[in-house]
Amino acid sequence: MSTAPSPSLPVSTHAPGRSIAAWWQATPLAAVFVLFFLVPLMLILMVSFWDFNQYEMLPGFTIKNYISIFDGCASPVDMCVTLKTYLSTFKFSFLVWLITLVIGFTVSYFLAFHVRSAGAQTLLFVLCTIPFWTSNVIRMISWVPLLGRNGLVNQTLLGMGAINQPIEWLLFSSFSVTLAFVHLYTMFMIVPIFNSMMRIDRSLIEAASDSGATAWQTLWNVIVPLSRTGIIIGSIFVITIVMGDFVTIGVMGGQQIASIGKIIQVQTSYLQFPLAAANAVILLAIVLMIIWALTRLVDIRKEL
Amino acid sequence: MSDSLKDITIGTTGVQRRSVLKGTAGILATGMFPAVHAQEKIVLRYLGTAVNQDKAIGEKFEKDTGIKIQYVAVTTDDVTKRAVTAPNSFDLIDTEYFSLKNIVPTGNLKGIDTKRIKNADKITSLFTTGMVAGKAVGDQGTAPKKVIYLEGEKSKVFAKSPTQYMSLIPTVYNADTLGIRPDLIKRPINSWAELLNPEFKGKAAILNIPSIGIMDAAMVVEAMGIYKYPDKGNMTKKEIDLTIKTLIEAKKAGQFRSLWKDFNESVNLMASGEVVIQSMWSPAVTAVRTKGIACNFQPLKEGYRAWAAGFGLPATLSGKKLDGAYEFINWFLDGWAGAYLNRQGYYSAVLDTAKSKMEAYEWAYWMEGKPATQDIKSPTGDVLAKAGQIRDGGSYEARMGGIACWNAVMDENNYMVQKWNEFVAA
Repeated sequence: MSTAPSPSLPVSTHAPGRSIAAWWQATPLAAVFVLFFLVPLMLILMVSFWDFNQYEMLPGFTIKNYISIFDGCASPVDMCVTLKTYLSTFKFSFLVWLITLVIGFTVSYFLAFHVRSAGAQTLLFVLCTIPFWTSNVIRMISWVPLLGRNGLVNQTLLGMGAINQPIEWLLFSSFSVTLAFVHLYTMFMIVPIFNSMMRIDRSLIEAASDSGATAWQTLWNVIVPLSRTGIIIGSIFVITIVMGDFVTIGVMGGQQIASIGKIIQVQTSYLQFPLAAANAVILLAIVLMIIWALTRLVDIRKEL
Repeated sequence: MSDSLKDITIGTTGVQRRSVLKGTAGILATGMFPAVHAQEKIVLRYLGTAVNQDKAIGEKFEKDTGIKIQYVAVTTDDVTKRAVTAPNSFDLIDTEYFSLKNIVPTGNLKGIDTKRIKNADKITSLFTTGMVAGKAVGDQGTAPKKVIYLEGEKSKVFAKSPTQYMSLIPTVYNADTLGIRPDLIKRPINSWAELLNPEFKGKAAILNIPSIGIMDAAMVVEAMGIYKYPDKGNMTKKEIDLTIKTLIEAKKAGQFRSLWKDFNESVNLMASGEVVIQSMWSPAVTAVRTKGIACNFQPLKEGYRAWAAGFGLPATLSGKKLDGAYEFINWFLDGWAGAYLNRQGYYSAVLDTAKSKMEAYEWAYWMEGKPATQDIKSPTGDVLAKAGQIRDGGSYEARMGGIACWNAVMDENNYMVQKWNEFVAA
C-alpha cells in the first residue's frame, strides 16, 4: 500500500513510438476537457476580477468582488452572511455525509455479504435505484403532502392522539432538508461501497473467523479498511453535491435557508456576473480542498 | 431526398434537370412535403415568461396570419438576462417595464415605430400619461410612463415626453396585493401590515424575487407606520437597511412559513393551507380557486403594487421577421388576445378592441365591477365565479386607480440584492 512511487512505466521509456500513439489517443478527451472545462473555468476566474454595473461587465482588475463577499466578516459580534452560509452548508454536508454513509454502508454490507445468490443481489440492487426513475424535483416535492401541516404524518399523529397540534418543524426546516438530501443521495454511497465490497476476497473473511475474530472485529479490521476506496468515492460524490446544491435547500427549506448555490443563482439573475464568479471561485477552492483532503486518505488511482 | 436529387442532376443536361424539377414541383404540389412548405413560413421566437405564453394565443395567430410563434419560456429574471447577454436569441421579447432600465442602456432593443402600430393611440392612458379615468395614479418605482418612450429608433435613453418610438408595446398588466385564505383567517383583512401580524406567525409567506419582494416589504413597513418612503421604488441604502431589518426580525420570530419564487409554489402553499396570507399574483389566486378552495386577492387600503409587461423588438431584427413581429403586435392589440387575457383576470392594453370581443356580461364582471349575471368562465372553461359574485377589487378604475407603486429596479440595486441575500441567510 504505502510503497515508494514506482519508477516510470517501462513502456514510455523504451518505446517512443507507442508513447506518441498514447498521446494521440489521449488528445480528444484532453481537448474536450480543455475546451469545455479548463477554458470556462479560467474565464470564471478572470471575470471574478472584473467590475460591473447594472447591465454590463466592465473588464479590468479589481478585488472588490472578493472584498464585498467577506464584507463585515471581521466583526466579532455578528457573523457575516458568507460565513453563516458556509457554516450552514458545512452542517448539511456533514450531517448528510454521516447519515448516507451509515445507511449506504449497511445496505451495501447486507447486499454483498448476506444475500447469497447473484440473481437476488442484482434484483435488490435494482430495487435501490427505483427512486431514481422519477425526477429529482418530483421526489422532493412529494415530501410536502407527507410532512406538511395538514400532511399525512401530522394527521396520523393527531388521529392517534399523540400530539394536540401539528408539528411544524417537519417541513421547511433543517430536518426536511437533511431528509430530502439523504433520500436523494444515499444511492451515491451505496454504489461505490457495494462495488468495493464485492471485490473483497471472501477467503479473507474466512481467515479472520478461523483466527477467532468476532463478527464486529472482522467488520472493523477487515471489511471497513478494504471498502475504504468506495467510502471515499461515495463521500466525494455526496459532499460535492451537497456543497453546490441550491434546489433541494430551496424547495425543502421553504427558501428560508441560505446556500452558496442560491446566492450565486440570485447574483447571476441580477446580472452581477463578476460577483457570482468570485463566489464560485471560493466555493470551488473549498470543495477542491475537501476533495484533496479526502484523497490523502486513499490513493484512488491505485485502488481502482 | 436531397442527396438523390443531386445524384440525378450532376452531369445531366438542362432538359433532364428541368424535368426532374418539374417532377419535384409536382410532388410538392400534392402536399406530400409539408416540411418544405414550412421553411418559407415566418417563425417568430417569442421570449417571455410562461405565464403570458398561452398556447391558444399562438395557435389563433397562426390560423389568422400563417405566422408561427415559437415560445421560449424562462423566468422573469432570465428574460432580462437573455435580453442583455444574448440579444439575437429571440425575435420578440415580452418583458416587464422595470427591466428596461437594465436593457435599454445596452442598445439591444429597437424603438417600436408607433406609426406602424394601428391602435397605438388607443393604448390606455395608464401607460402614456399615468392616468386612470382622468386621475393620476401612484408613480413610485418604474412606472411605465417614465420608460415607455425612446428618443429615437436606435436610442439608449428614455425620452422625457411622448415621441414616435416606444420601448415596449404593453401586453398585460395588473395590480398585485396580498392573497388570503378567508376560510382560515375568518376576519376582514384591509392592510398590508397584516402580513407581519404575529397572529399569522408561521403562516405567512413573501416572494423571494428581491426586486419585487422588497416592494411588498416596503408596503408593509409603511402600513405598520415605521417609516414613510419618499420613493419605495428607489430606496437609499439606509432605507434598504431599515426594510431588510424589519424583514429579518419577522423571520427570526418565525413569521414566515416559506418564501416562494415560482408561481406554482405560491399556489401550492396557499392550497395546502401551509400559508394563509402571502404576497401573490392574480392568476395564482385564480388557480387556487379553480381547485375549489376559497382564496381572495384582497384589496388593501394602502393600495396596490402594479406591474406591466410589453413587447419589445431586438435591435438586429429586420426584413420579413420584423414585418412579422409588427404584424403580431398589431394582431395582439386587435381584441381577440385582449379579451382572452381579460378573461384570465389580467388587463389588456387596448380596452376598446377587447370589449368588442367579449360578451356584455363578461365585460360587466371583469371591467365594471358588477355582480356576475351568469357563471363566469375562464378561457379554458373552468368556472371562476358563480352568478352574483363580484370581482375582488371591483372595477378597472377602482383597481388601477388604487396603484401605490410599481415594480422597480433601484439605483442601489446591487446593494439591495446583497441585503436580500442577508435576509434569506438570517
